Amino acid sequence: MSVKIYIPGDSGAVALGADRLAVRMAEALKARDLDAEIVRNGSRGLYWLEPMIEVETEKGRVAYGPVKASDVDSLIEAGLLDGGDHPLSLGAPQELPFLKRQTRLTFARCGITDPLSLEDYRDHGGLTGLTNAIAMAPEAIVAQVTESGLRGRGGAGFPTGIKWKTVLGAEGEQKYIVCNADEGDSGTFADRMIMEGDPFVLIEGMVIAGIAVGATKGYVYLRSEYPHAIRVMNRAVEIAREAGILGNSVLGSDHAFDMDIRVGAGAYVCGEETALLESLEGRRGVVRAKPPLPAHKGFLGRPTVINNVISLASVPVIMDKGADFYRDFGMGRSRGTIPVQIAGNVKHGGLFEAAFGMTLGELVDDIAGGTASGRPVKAVQVGGPLGAYFPRELFDTPFDYEAFAAKDGLIGHAGIVVFDDTADMLKQARFAFEFCAVESCGKCTPCRIGSTRGVEVADKIRAGIEPESQITLMTDLCNTMKFGSLCALGGFTPYPVMSALTHFPEDFRPAPMSQAAE
Amino acid sequence: MESRSADTDIASRTEAIVGRLKPLEGPLLPILRDIQREFGYVPQASLPVIANGLNLSRAEVHGVVSFYHDYREAPAGRHVIKLCRAEACQSMGGDELAERLLGLLGLDWHETGADRKVTIEPVYCLGLCACAPAAMVDGEVIGRLDAEMVDQLAKAVQA
Repeated sequence: MSVKIYIPGDSGAVALGADRLAVRMAEALKARDLDAEIVRNGSRGLYWLEPMIEVETEKGRVAYGPVKASDVDSLIEAGLLDGGDHPLSLGAPQELPFLKRQTRLTFARCGITDPLSLEDYRDHGGLTGLTNAIAMAPEAIVAQVTESGLRGRGGAGFPTGIKWKTVLGAEGEQKYIVCNADEGDSGTFADRMIMEGDPFVLIEGMVIAGIAVGATKGYVYLRSEYPHAIRVMNRAVEIAREAGILGNSVLGSDHAFDMDIRVGAGAYVCGEETALLESLEGRRGVVRAKPPLPAHKGFLGRPTVINNVISLASVPVIMDKGADFYRDFGMGRSRGTIPVQIAGNVKHGGLFEAAFGMTLGELVDDIAGGTASGRPVKAVQVGGPLGAYFPRELFDTPFDYEAFAAKDGLIGHAGIVVFDDTADMLKQARFAFEFCAVESCGKCTPCRIGSTRGVEVADKIRAGIEPESQITLMTDLCNTMKFGSLCALGGFTPYPVMSALTHFPEDFRPAPMSQAAE
Repeated sequence: MESRSADTDIASRTEAIVGRLKPLEGPLLPILRDIQREFGYVPQASLPVIANGLNLSRAEVHGVVSFYHDYREAPAGRHVIKLCRAEACQSMGGDELAERLLGLLGLDWHETGADRKVTIEPVYCLGLCACAPAAMVDGEVIGRLDAEMVDQLAKAVQA
């Protein structure tokens, strides 16, 4: 049997040269007439080690990284196929501290299996959750998801089971499952990784959701900035259809469910669920007023479950191992695990899935190893462009929906972006307004106009024009946006702005002399 | 005369796309995506055809086209550089690299050079935040951009 060499096809690994490496590896193996098969797996999520390759040996998997195409010859000469020693050797991947400290439930297979091999998927526990669900009454599936404590991983944190229950109880000939894969928040890439690295888990989660609420059709609304994920998901849907996971008889049962991948067109606001539905229907991505809730009147006015990728991808493990198993992880009302995405100026960036409750400080100092630049950490933005900037003084905040809210922040989609002491927080506050102005759908005034006024106010502060009254104005503007906006884009832009202003006031009072000297 | 025949050509190719995708639930975005793939942009001449095919007003179709950042009104340059401007890339010096690249190309955001060799566009997150700063060049992703890579990139796209 030929040896398997795993070279990630994840776009993060590809951005660091994995495709060139795979081509070079194939050539080198051929030239030496060596019997080995290259598998393009997902990423394990240790991006500072990407491209991280793994070889399946008798002793288990052996990892090397970061590997460049120019390392291939020396690796093969060092006995790569038998897991031979090399300066790039990392040993057994699961023993790497970054992985060993994680609890991988949703990401259990990501980086381990061939993303498009159903055989791999089944061998690693895939489809057990769906098989269990098929044997259950819809109400029992919904109850199990509710009892697991799973909350929406897209950012809002709404209990998934409650949402499903509403759709189950809604009247309608046709219901839908819509997966929100419009992962536009900077610092987040968990959706991308799972779609590229374990697409069947998302498909399985959507089918279970369909059976639970009586929906027979699903859509994944996937952003156009993710061409690799689009390719993998499309192929995975075809494979699932051929295998009878999708279609008129799901795994031979009486349930029907089919799904399609729909590609966005570069509008951040379409990550908001009602704007997403508008977009999916073929209109401008303008936010809808609620009520009616999408659960009652969603896609095409019909009852619709709309869930984030990670929420849906967490359902199979809940249906496989039980509500208690999942709920036993976590703290307070934040149950289960959360895939934290560590990004920006960090030494060890990547995906870290763990039970809720780790502190921000543990993640930044301990797990991420501080900044890549080696300079002190100044601020950490948690939860994307609409998330608050946290100073070191708040590093004891545990990862928990309520704990973050209590500190005027949010977990959001659990991306954390680290900035070193060169960061200028007035500039970051200005950017938050600028981004809101670029991406505003234009429906409500606080967001549409407020964002532009915010940029102007920030510029006046920078120019030293009546800074004190401008700061008062900025605070007032944030208050208006927070309470007057229709959705989270305008409503949450105040989080980064006000946190920057509250925790880093010195950056908002630049010395006029140094300004003049520039 | 020539432009009229070009418009006729656009109309008939648009009609084929509309005909193929019309049965979808919510067909407009898939149609526009295919049109942009076919022509490299969304030509004005295709709008009435789409409107007619989907029983929409031309204004409604225009409204959708103009809403989304992806749709182009005119063809892009031979190379398209999308440089991420979001926070994770900022934290790794993305702003300075962007300034450098714009300077080297002599372009501002969304512009295409007079020689039509390159178009430069901002993008807000490519999901490569753990290997920032990131860019996408002609669909290929690049991580951990630095000044040297930016210089090489500017040279390569202008060659």
